[in-house]
Amino acid sequence: MDLIAFYILATIVTVAALGVIVSRNPVHSVLFLILAFLTSAGLLVLIGAEFLAMLLIVVYVGAVAVLFLFVVMMLDVDFVELKQGTLGYWPLGLIAGGLMFGEIALVTFARGSVASVGRFDPSPGAETNAEAIGLVMYSDYLLLFQLAGIVLLLAMIGAIVLTLRGKTSVKRQNIGKQVARTRAEAFELKDVQPGEGI
Amino acid sequence: MNIGMEHFLTLSAALFTIGVVGIFVNRKNIIVILMAIELILLSVNINLIAFAVFTGTITGQIFAMLVLTVAAAEAAVGLAILVVYFRNRGDIAVEDVNLMKG
Repeated sequence: MDLIAFYILATIVTVAALGVIVSRNPVHSVLFLILAFLTSAGLLVLIGAEFLAMLLIVVYVGAVAVLFLFVVMMLDVDFVELKQGTLGYWPLGLIAGGLMFGEIALVTFARGSVASVGRFDPSPGAETNAEAIGLVMYSDYLLLFQLAGIVLLLAMIGAIVLTLRGKTSVKRQNIGKQVARTRAEAFELKDVQPGEGI
Repeated sequence: MNIGMEHFLTLSAALFTIGVVGIFVNRKNIIVILMAIELILLSVNINLIAFAVFTGTITGQIFAMLVLTVAAAEAAVGLAILVVYFRNRGDIAVEDVNLMKG
């Protein structure tokens, strides 16, 4: 039963991933990406990693995919033109991909079955998966956890700074400039001849 | 439980390969390249979680969470750069990015 569910979900993930890279319209790509993330979350639920499955949905589907969707729809790009002439890239891509897949398969299956390295346990040392993660993450990996927070903060500040556009139409008081003004540059005296303008 | 680790490793290898091929074949479209990178990171996550679950340790799941964090940060900054680039140039053709090379 589990195996049937795995095969169905894995097929959907693979087809969705292929859809991401071959579809002509990037909006369709994003939707395929969302499908791939959702079914991956289903796969993780299947082996008991529930917390990360939910995290995958919240972070990827809820944040990253929506961000992609916003950017794809906001940028007014002629995607048909971008897609032209990409057929020539397929042979090289398939060769590189085939080599890579072969290498990974070799490494994975070179020494026989990898299934016997340990015992199946999605939440060691605790009742639930989230509890097991929390017990380790807030003790052994506390520093790593806080560093992840700093990474997110930096990404947020970076994205804001990159896309911030100051308003050029508004005139603001620049106090430093005002104070730095001297008498010499503020006004000048002209000797105007009678009957003539400046 | 009759799902083995090799099932997940094979799936993750397939996803990784699809992501790499996606980078190759969508060389002109940087948005799809970013999506292919997300696919690669997803495959890495599946790999980490599969190893963690099938060996009865929890560390892999925590590292998968960190990968998730970095993936979100990367997507945010990458798309911000993309928006700025589009604002300055009016298109997102990646071939012209090396315009400034000295």
